[in-house]
Amino acid sequence: MTARVGVVTFPGSLDDGDAARAVRIAGAEPVRLWHGDAALHGVDAVVLPGGFSYGDYLRCGAIARFAPVMETIVDAARGGLPVLGICNGFQILCEAHLLPGALTRNQHLHFRNRDQILRIESAGTAWTNAFQPGQEVLIPVKNGEGCYVADTATLDQLEAEGRVVARYVGGNPNGSQRDIAAITSSAGNVVGIMPHPEHAVEALTGPSLDGLGFFTSVLKHLVGAPA
Amino acid sequence: MPRVVVDVMLKPEILDPQGQAVANALPRLGVSDVASVRIGRRIEIEFTGEPDLGRAREIADKLLANPVIEDFTVRLVEADETADARS
Repeated sequence: MTARVGVVTFPGSLDDGDAARAVRIAGAEPVRLWHGDAALHGVDAVVLPGGFSYGDYLRCGAIARFAPVMETIVDAARGGLPVLGICNGFQILCEAHLLPGALTRNQHLHFRNRDQILRIESAGTAWTNAFQPGQEVLIPVKNGEGCYVADTATLDQLEAEGRVVARYVGGNPNGSQRDIAAITSSAGNVVGIMPHPEHAVEALTGPSLDGLGFFTSVLKHLVGAPA
Repeated sequence: MPRVVVDVMLKPEILDPQGQAVANALPRLGVSDVASVRIGRRIEIEFTGEPDLGRAREIADKLLANPVIEDFTVRLVEADETADARS
């Protein structure tokens, strides 16, 4: 049976098409979900894509958090549904309190758009089990508000519990504390990542195929997960 | 009708790069006696009935501010102190 991976479209989402495409290239069936429809249509996992949901009004992700589909996703995520938030999706996951901390304006105030090396710190999550711990991957980063912040106690807890999923290597593009590029929930099913794995799945358009590992990981996870 | 004003500011320990950029621009205006600038957000709320500070606090806590990085204050102001009145 082909896994069904939902990709949510909010008003202002940009990378929902690329995320759905990455899901398909990884071998799963992408299912487009709409922000105003609370139903998840039987998907096995969900991707919250990048973009500027609700125009980034108020704070990035602050309004998307209250979309009908998000209320269902928050409940399902607490029950173990794998959820990957990319860029704006990461911001939404923090605003929805599925992940700790917050994403703030890049310290240098510039929008940063480049190919970025990341080191995978945790291969124990639903979205990174196809990688080796310590593996370096090349994935595009493109954000204006990607500076991860949390209080010291939260950062220490994330480190102690192995919940820092990826770190920037060769230069921190936004000032994120402790070079954090991706984190996970305590159960490992929810992952937020600022760079864009969905843009690194094909030789024609990406700097590598390294992004595909995030999407094949969730398929591996689903095969192993109890039904 | 009085309104509720919510002021949202980044917590003191959170870096405010926008405020820093503004502070760094001030010497170009010939201003050299400003130690720091912090930028926040002011939100005016008008209720359909009597202004409700408790309700405004709840709105601020759940939506207007992100308590992870921001603090907020809530207060009543008379209509002539609001943005509409000044414009």
